[in-house]
Amino acid sequence: MNDLVHRYGTALTLLMCLAVAFWLVILVIVPNLYLFENSFRPYLPVQDMGGPKDVYTLKNYLTFFNSPIHITVFISTVLYSSIVTVICFVLAYPLAYYLSKKVSVKSLPAIFLLLTVPLWVSEIMRSFAWFIILSLRGPLNYLLINIEVIDKPIRWMTGFRSVIIGLVYTYVLFMLFPIYNAIQSLDTAQIEAADDLGAPWWRIHWRVILPHAKPGIASGSVMVFMLSAGSILVPTLLASTNSRWFTEIIQQWMFESLDWNTGAAYAFLLLILCTVFVTLVMRIFRVKLSDIAK
Amino acid sequence: MSASVELQDVCADFGSFRAVDNVSLSIEAGEFFSFLGPSGCGKTTILRMVSGFISPTAGTISIGGKDMRNQRPNQRPTALIFQNLALFPLMPIWENIAFGLEARGVDKKTRRKRAEELLALVDLPNAADKTVAQLSGGQKQRVAIARALAVEPSVMLLDEPLSALDLKLRQHMRAELRAIQKRTNVTFIYITHDQGEALAMSDRVAVMSHGKLQQVAPPREIYNQPATGFVAAFVGESNIFSGTLASRSGDRGEFQTESGVFKGRLGPDIGDGAKLYVRPEHVKLDAAAINGNTIPVEVTDIAFEGNFISIQTIDATGRTVVSETRNDGTASVPDRGTKLFASFDADKAFILADEAKNQPVAAA
Ligand SMILES: Nc1ncnc2c1ncn2[C@@H]1O[C@H](COP(=O)(O)OP(=O)(O)OP(=O)(O)O)[C@@H](O)[C@H]1O
Ligand SMILES: [Mg+2]
Repeated sequence: MNDLVHRYGTALTLLMCLAVAFWLVILVIVPNLYLFENSFRPYLPVQDMGGPKDVYTLKNYLTFFNSPIHITVFISTVLYSSIVTVICFVLAYPLAYYLSKKVSVKSLPAIFLLLTVPLWVSEIMRSFAWFIILSLRGPLNYLLINIEVIDKPIRWMTGFRSVIIGLVYTYVLFMLFPIYNAIQSLDTAQIEAADDLGAPWWRIHWRVILPHAKPGIASGSVMVFMLSAGSILVPTLLASTNSRWFTEIIQQWMFESLDWNTGAAYAFLLLILCTVFVTLVMRIFRVKLSDIAK
Repeated sequence: MSASVELQDVCADFGSFRAVDNVSLSIEAGEFFSFLGPSGCGKTTILRMVSGFISPTAGTISIGGKDMRNQRPNQRPTALIFQNLALFPLMPIWENIAFGLEARGVDKKTRRKRAEELLALVDLPNAADKTVAQLSGGQKQRVAIARALAVEPSVMLLDEPLSALDLKLRQHMRAELRAIQKRTNVTFIYITHDQGEALAMSDRVAVMSHGKLQQVAPPREIYNQPATGFVAAFVGESNIFSGTLASRSGDRGEFQTESGVFKGRLGPDIGDGAKLYVRPEHVKLDAAAINGNTIPVEVTDIAFEGNFISIQTIDATGRTVVSETRNDGTASVPDRGTKLFASFDADKAFILADEAKNQPVAAA
């Protein structure tokens, strides 16, 4: 703090702190607290607000547990978000290893540029792009038929297939970068030592590289999972009628039923249950929170 | 359980830079062989070629008479101890040591037993379940040796393994390494830029400079009969006189310098740029001139080094001549400013190819 004052002067330091505080308190904490408070109140017509019926209740939360359909949607959201996370890992790990240990330092900037260029385009455009690519008479089927991999067009946008593809595409870099950083910090001599001691490549990965990359894998997985479970754009655009995402239900409560109270309760349920799920998975894989923060 | 190693016309290029230049030598099975040279002279590069991490640009390497071309590091009967040890920090010590056995499919019980035997061998009992971070530098060192020994290599390659240790520990580990080598009878190829280490431990030493071999010989020969000026200057100390070779007869020559004409022994392959090298301990200071190889000098400084005394003098041309005498407790030391005669035996003066003639060469 003293250092900041010394470097930028009192006025500028104060301004910076105020800006951060404003952002944190007004834009993050207050709205969330407001929603949180609302989630414990019943949804009432305007004239009843503040009246005798306006009492704190768990009714909104119970709505979820009394609705088998919503529970099913929640479970499939968690399931398919997990699948997205696993696919992202399978794609990102080899790439991260390759980038951090095999590619020459000179070509790295160009590769990272290529990797991040898609992020310059807004998520909605990218999702629409997939909508077009995956459509029944779209370019993907056209290509696959023409190189004779398939003979009939595949209906991609049925079930959760297209949602998975869209989410993987959108969030795979959130997996790549933490793993890349983790493997980057591994001393190459350790890989060579394992090689020299006679270990085949897969054992080198299993015993030396993967354990070292674990914190990166964990933080990448948590990010991809949470972002996927909380994603609204991709599922809205790419889901079919038989695949609903939990966020879509929250949106329904808020914007179709105009019942913000139940919507808020559902949103917090998503947050809490996903956090519990992530914590459990981290237990299973013996990852500590402090590992991730590294 | 040991194998010979043969290098034949081995070169290593990095781009247009030749890091190892035409090195040929053969290391016998069970030998403790050292590469000695200044930083960047290509020692690690040679070791990485023997262990298989890089392939020579030219030449062949064979181990136990078998050509190692196209043999991956994990197929060679070598074990490399890395300059930074490269232990696996996330495994307990015993798994580190047993890693090579694990890769060979040895069952866990046998692995554990073998790891404990090796820990006893390197004098580190009770460390099996510790983590790497809990060990001191010297202990990590021993774990690295045990890990390499576990795969029963025929050739151990050690890349300056003691450089990170303090002096006392280094001296202790020297003896330890030597003992382990004798006990296991594995061929050791040892890299160092510390001449004391190389001379004290090795059966033979190869001195390198700028990727080139300067001399391959037992330690005493390296010190007593340096083959090139580089060896004379790099290993131990030398008084160096520039000048020209005036005459030669057999293995003797007369060398013309500004300070006079001196007789000395001729080294091999002397080009134009020869110099005369005399070790300080072979320079005697006397009150009277003796015939031959004598320079009148004046004492300028005296340094008491404990077991020896170093006396600096200058001659009429302003050249510094250093003389060293053993400190036996009774040796008399001249005062500063005393005028004396420095002399040395023609047998102990070497006329050798100049080290400056061994500059780095670009690859063809
Ligand atoms: N991968 C590489 N690419 C380019 N040049 C290299 C590479 N590896 C080594 N060199 C160069 O080759 C020369 C020899 O390197 P090497 O590592 O063999 O030296 P060294 O004798 O082991 O030195 P030190 O005692 O400092 O470890 C050095 O000049 C170094 O700059
Ligand atoms: Mg080196």
